[in-house]
Amino acid sequence: MVVGTQSRYGRESASGPGPAVAVAPPHLDGEARRWVQRLRAGADGHEEAVRELHALLLKAARFEVGRQHARRPQFSPAERDDLAQQSADDALVAVLAKLDGFRGASRFETWAYKFALLEAGVAVRRHAWRGREVQLDPEAWGEVAARLQGPDDDAQMRELIAAVQHAIGAELSPRQREVLVAITLEDVPIDVLAERLETTRGALYKSLHDARAKLRGALALQGFEVGAR
Amino acid sequence: MSGPTREDRLERLLGSPGPELTCEECFEQLDRYVELELADAQADEHVPGMRAHLRGCPACAEDHEALHALLAATDAPAAERPEG
Ligand SMILES: [Zn+2]
Repeated sequence: MVVGTQSRYGRESASGPGPAVAVAPPHLDGEARRWVQRLRAGADGHEEAVRELHALLLKAARFEVGRQHARRPQFSPAERDDLAQQSADDALVAVLAKLDGFRGASRFETWAYKFALLEAGVAVRRHAWRGREVQLDPEAWGEVAARLQGPDDDAQMRELIAAVQHAIGAELSPRQREVLVAITLEDVPIDVLAERLETTRGALYKSLHDARAKLRGALALQGFEVGAR
Repeated sequence: MSGPTREDRLERLLGSPGPELTCEECFEQLDRYVELELADAQADEHVPGMRAHLRGCPACAEDHEALHALLAATDAPAAERPEG
């Protein structure tokens, strides 16, 4: 099941279905051009190229599922295989749909890998959160200060934390508060939250980004130095 | 239990000022950025706003880490790229 594949990858290239005849993209070097030409529908060697591409994507997906599993063992071998296969299948669809968007800024393989890694990463995080409720508590922001405080905070830190707490209440919309708390304090993965809220990673991150900017602005007005260290 | 430190929490909460790519732009540039990184070719100068986004966005940071690890594990592709 792929939900919102297009939005997950950002803009679609405005190519439409396109001609079945392979037109050599002039800006690509030999190896990349060979990939793109063969992957076009109806091209010579199309099916073989699709098989090669799928193998490449499967390798990347297995790599990512394995990497995540090594970090936090959570899957049976059969589940790992399923996740990798499904991710490679989804990535294949995405790569073929995006083919005209490949500009040769990297090797073709590198470009293709990222689709499989994204699919696999999202699949692993969603799988890990399956059955776990994502609490979006409209009042949870009230505990931010309590969550941030430490036993040996100096006066300055206590002041900053109090100001953060106040700014969250005063500056942010209820939705921004929920998103901020879920992602930055509850560690809910953005992709999991996006799925539950039926939105996209990009849209959620934008909302987080705007919320952070508002908080920093409010703190700066009160004379706090926040930001890059 | 070793979770993020309070400083990490504060940074995650407040982010950092300065220009930053969106998630969509980040995905668009990720392959190029990682190849530049692996080639020691001033990736951050070539793709401004990427580093800030990776610090601020845990999801894209995971994708970045994955691609970096995969390429590092397979070969050194960027170094083999022909010039131009
Ligand atoms: Zn992002």
